[in-house]
Amino acid sequence: MPPTPVQTPVSSPPTVRRPRPLVQLGALIWKDLQTERRTREIVLTTAVFAALALLIFVFAFDLRVENRRAVAPGMLWVTVTFATLLALGRTYASEKDQGTLEYLLTTPVDRSLLYLARLLATLVFLLVADVLTLGLAGLFFDLPLLTPGLLATVFLGTLGFASVGTLFAAMAANTRAREVLLPVLLLPVSVPVVIASVQATAADLGGAAGDHPWLGLLLAFDGLFLGLSALLFEHVLED
Amino acid sequence: MAQTLSRPTASARAPGGGLALFTTLAGAAGAVTMTLALYGIFVLAPTERTQGVVQRVFYIHVPLAWTAYLAFGVVFVGSLLYLLRRRRRWDVLARSSAEVGVVLTTLVIVSGSLWGKAVWGTWWTWDARLTSTLVLWFIYVAYLMLRAYVGDPDRAARYSAVLGIVGFLDIPIIHMSVIWWRTLHPEPVVLRSEGPALPPEMLWVLLMSLVAMTCLYLSLLGLKLGIETLREDLRARRSPPAGQ
Repeated sequence: MPPTPVQTPVSSPPTVRRPRPLVQLGALIWKDLQTERRTREIVLTTAVFAALALLIFVFAFDLRVENRRAVAPGMLWVTVTFATLLALGRTYASEKDQGTLEYLLTTPVDRSLLYLARLLATLVFLLVADVLTLGLAGLFFDLPLLTPGLLATVFLGTLGFASVGTLFAAMAANTRAREVLLPVLLLPVSVPVVIASVQATAADLGGAAGDHPWLGLLLAFDGLFLGLSALLFEHVLED
Repeated sequence: MAQTLSRPTASARAPGGGLALFTTLAGAAGAVTMTLALYGIFVLAPTERTQGVVQRVFYIHVPLAWTAYLAFGVVFVGSLLYLLRRRRRWDVLARSSAEVGVVLTTLVIVSGSLWGKAVWGTWWTWDARLTSTLVLWFIYVAYLMLRAYVGDPDRAARYSAVLGIVGFLDIPIIHMSVIWWRTLHPEPVVLRSEGPALPPEMLWVLLMSLVAMTCLYLSLLGLKLGIETLREDLRARRSPPAGQ
């Protein structure tokens, strides 16, 4: 208890000076990035998993030249979907194991900032893994995958998964059977992301796709669920 | 066994007079309207020219689908109110409605599947509305699973409320995405800007069936609310009064 001057009015607490939200956000993201740099739990495992998934697809499908453009969008997004689920499942694992979430909750940080920080950090990990996956898939199947259009699709699709996924992962981490429950929760809700991403990718690769504004749909999904999850996150983190 | 049989009225009394009355009224109204609806479906409604008798599934299938949406709407409202007010009864409402909604959606899928086999020649097809109904079913099955896998009841209430809100607001986006993806389902014949495309006698039977299904939903919801209220009561009595 620091000694307070006698003349200080009761209304102003002398020692608490909250950093600005952006500073808090930066610190929180930095914490997650540091943890990842030291443990290498998420990016590396996710990227290796994605590479192995692509390898399985090579055996599972007939990937001759004339088939590739038709199969590639689906293959790519099944890989990204499952890799994302895997990574999201890990995001709360270390906090759960070491009980650090409770300490984080005692800090005077807005809950939606905690959500945003976790979302942005996860997004960084996922996008690194995505770009590696795209590069590798492009190499494996001899397709031009690292194009601006496709990168935009991958960004918006991954953001869609991560926005709801960050919310659901925090819930699934506190249940029995957490590894199984996260996909069961996340997959049906993110069906629009899967459909729109596959269609946008197909359109980008010059395949058959309806001329609907798929990226607009992705944007709408991302916007809605980013805001909604930020609002709802405090109810998940209550205990 | 003998003990439960000796006091048969205990469960009917316990949830409180209001709820029991509501359930009884909804059940009675359901019995009357369902009889009228069945009479309408099998006797009054004209046989459709191209599909024949099997088209009468329509009077069951479509009202069930509307009622299922109503049930999930109630889940949404209950979830929202629970998060805002933190009264257990809103959670009880949401979870009861979710369970009834899953039953109704299952019936929608089964009745649609039977109709589809007769008319389209297949039990299942990846048409837009079938797909979005299936996705809807999965969301609320996940809701029930989530409840089952979270140990702490307060936490279960909060988590499922979050899913109840996210899932319901997702419905229009899912709908949009699968419609763009593909569609083969008949266009809406009742709710459209030009007015209903049904002959009046068909429309009346449909509306009667809708009232009957809504009564069915309300009475099932009332029964489920009674059970869940008793369950809450039992839990409160089992745990020490001081709480955690």
